[in-house]
Parts: sequence; structure tokens; C-alpha cells
Amino acid sequence: MREVARRVFASEFNDASHTFKESDDERAPAYQLLPTGEKANRVFFVGTLTEKEDIGEDNEYWRGRIVDPTGTFFVYAGQYQPEAASTLRDLDPPAYVAVVGKPRTYETDDGNVNVSVRPESITVVDAATRDRWVVETAERTVERVAAFEDEGNEYARMAADRYDADPDRYREVAVEALRGMDEDGDADATDTDGQAEPTP
Amino acid sequence: MSELESHAAAIAEQFSDHLDITQEDVEERLETLVEEYRVPLDEARRSVESQYLDEADLERDELGSGDSELVQLGEIDEDEQWIDLRVKVADLWEPGHESIAQVGLLGDESGTMKFVAFDTSDLPELDEGTSYALSNVVTDEYEGSFSVKLNKTTTITELDEEVEVGDDAVTVEGALVDVQSGSGLIKRCPEDDCTRVLQNGRCSEHGQVDGEFDLRIKAVLDDGREVHEVIFDKETTEELTGIDLEEAKQMATDALDTTVVVEEMQGDLLGHYFEVSGPVFGRYVLVDEFERLDGPADPESALIKARSI
Repeated sequence: MREVARRVFASEFNDASHTFKESDDERAPAYQLLPTGEKANRVFFVGTLTEKEDIGEDNEYWRGRIVDPTGTFFVYAGQYQPEAASTLRDLDPPAYVAVVGKPRTYETDDGNVNVSVRPESITVVDAATRDRWVVETAERTVERVAAFEDEGNEYARMAADRYDADPDRYREVAVEALRGMDEDGDADATDTDGQAEPTP
Repeated sequence: MSELESHAAAIAEQFSDHLDITQEDVEERLETLVEEYRVPLDEARRSVESQYLDEADLERDELGSGDSELVQLGEIDEDEQWIDLRVKVADLWEPGHESIAQVGLLGDESGTMKFVAFDTSDLPELDEGTSYALSNVVTDEYEGSFSVKLNKTTTITELDEEVEVGDDAVTVEGALVDVQSGSGLIKRCPEDDCTRVLQNGRCSEHGQVDGEFDLRIKAVLDDGREVHEVIFDKETTEELTGIDLEEAKQMATDALDTTVVVEEMQGDLLGHYFEVSGPVFGRYVLVDEFERLDGPADPESALIKARSI
């Protein structure tokens, strides 16, 4: 059966450096452990593509930076992700994009673990879809935090062992993301009144 | 089944472990009370139960579903009610969480409803397509939609007869995260009563045939909790993508390749949110109606939820 695509903000996703398998079979799926206590074998996110670069040497290998209200997702697409790679090649930032993909981690020379996404698909979407994703992702995040102390929540136990961060931090991040949407709305209203944009 | 027969069946079920009684026995006793003595059905049920309790030398609370009432799924309109059901398992889904043993769709004459069985309840597994009497299940409400939860005290009895499932539509929503192979411009086997989709010009039943063109989209809707596979047929695919069969054939002819059609279609589908409704067939929802969810999102209810924990 197909795995659910988890909804997770960039700040939590990038903290999710631990991966594991649930069986010894080498073809068994690899899971990323989310700090809010869930396993992720696939994620879905919507954000703004702010940069893209072909960092390949012999073959095309595209890196994209995709920003949500909490941080930046890094996506890498090469010859084995031809559709995603060609989308990145053709796109001009900034653009709202939706990404379905697999979490990937790699350890850097200095021992840090970087988390990125290997996209299955990247498509251009609109601001309404981005907003819907922010609301949905905040809800799913809050649900995971609320279930964190539940008896029998084995991934929460695993996360408590593996990560130092208090899961409630991710609830606060979700609240901030939602509040940011409210402010965006207000700013738009201000614009239509013909007033100057507030200086950042 | 009349209301009286439903009650009789439920009572027979309740005592099936304790007494050798048939539904007909129970019906007879109920009928006597209801028709001759003009006792309301609820009261009659209670009285008949008491008689059997005496005969079986049992206390009322030893009977699992003594207090819960046999209802139809369509009647469920309240949270946290203890009820009994006679249902068929219409569909089983992949549990989204380790704590869930089974999740899926139950159906009876009145329609279908989601059910959940938790791992900790240690219940026997339900089989898809099989009919059961479930006693002592509890209703649950989430954002206006109802479901039922099985629990430790639930008793599951397989029924010999098949419960008919009302032809109602389910509604699912989520982001469209995948367009599966076999989508876009496809060819079907032209043999009578065979509509199989051809693979490389071959039907798995009839071999090499001259296929007939058709349009469809097999897609996956994912809301971050569950995945649903959905199928848009020719009409809904045309409505969804704005590309009709003639245009699709022309595109394929121009490109000398049928896959250009699905490539063209999916750019506008992947990553977008949809709500679809239609009957469930196997693991698919067959889309009768759909809506693209592109209206403004409302952060308020999510904020309230986030602040309430």
C-alpha cells in the first residue's frame, strides 16, 4: 500500500536527521523520524522556489531552494528524476511550487546531518494552494504534538529518545506560520487602501 | 428487514453464546408483546431480553450490548453513543498509524461510514466484503463527520446473510499527489463485455486486439492522514482537464505518442487540492463529482486548535 505523504514544515523537516528501517530486508522502506513523533517515507509541501542551480558536473543535477513560512526545503533532482529536473530547469524563481518527494539525509564531513528532498514531482501552483497547505500542515503538526504523550505512540517515544527539542516548539512554529497568514491578509488590505507598504 | 426483525436478530445475536435460540423464537415473543399486548417495541425488547436473561441465568450487565441500541449508520448523528450495528465491511484502508489495527468503511442499507479499530483493543480482524453484527461500538464526531470506533468490549459476530450496502457516495479530499500509470489516453479491449485496459496493445484476456480509445485518470488524493485512490472516467476527466477525447487523440497523433496526453494533463493536477465524491469500488473511489479546492484557506480554526492544547 502507498505511504501517506506527511505534512511537515521546513523547520521540523530539517531537524529530522534520524532515519530507520522497520525490517532487515534491504528493500524495506527507509523512514525519516519526525521530531513530533511520526515516520515519514514521503512528504508533500508547497512553498516558494527562490533559487535553482545546476550543480552537476557531467550530468545535470538541479538544486532548488523552496521556502515555507518556517524555513527552507532543499530539493535535488538529477537524471533519475527527469520530470522534476526538467521542471526545475524550466522554472524562473520566484514561483509557488508543490513538491511530492522522499526525505533524504546525508552526513557532511564535519559530522552534521543534512536533510533534503528527492522529488517525485514538482508542479507550479498558486498562492491559494500554498495557503491551504500552510493551514493543513499546521493542523497535522499540532495533531502530532497533541498525540505525543499518548500511550503506545511508538514514534513519539523514538523521537523523545533521539531528539533534544521539545515537540511543543513545533506547535509554536505552526502557530507563527498561521499568524503570518493573517498578517499577509492585513497587508493586502492595506495595499488596496492605497497606503504605503510597511517597511520591513 | 422490519424494525422488529432487526431487534429480534440483535437479541438472538446477544444470546447466541448463552442460549440455543433462533431469530424466529425471538420474533415470536416480540410479536406477542407488540401486537397482542400493544407494548412499545423498546419495552418489548427489554422484556424479552429479561426473559432470556432469566433462562440463561445471566445478569443484564453480563450481556455486552445490553444498553446499546441497534441502529443504522445513517441514523448516527451524535458523538459518543454506544450502539450495535449490522454491517458489511465495504472497504479496508491502510492504517495511518501504528496504534490503529484496522480502518475502513462499513456499510448497511442506509449508507456507509468510516470505522476504526485500535491495536490495543485486540479484536479479531474484519474481512472486506464480509457482514458482521457488531455490538458495543461507540460513535465519534470530527468536524461534523461521524465515524464509529470499535473497542475492547465490542463483540464481533460474522453473519451468514449478506448486509446490503446502500448506494451512497463517499467524499474524500486531499492534495493530488500522484497520477498513476494507465492514465490519460488509453485503449480498451473491444471484445463484448470486456473493457480491460490494453498494455502495449494486448488485453490480458483476449491477447492482441485493436483497442478503442478512452480517457481516464487514476490519481491519489492524500490529506496527510490517509491516501485514497480515485478514478476519473472519460466525462469527469474531460471536465477536469478541459481536454476531450478528440483533442487527446489529435495530440497523440501529432506527437506519435499517447503519453503526451497524460503529461499535459498532470501539470495542472499534481500538487493541487481536490474534493471528490462517488461510490467506492474495490480500492477506488469512482469520481462522480469533484471540486477543485482553490478558495482562500482559513487559518482561524487551525489557530484555535493549535492554541487549545
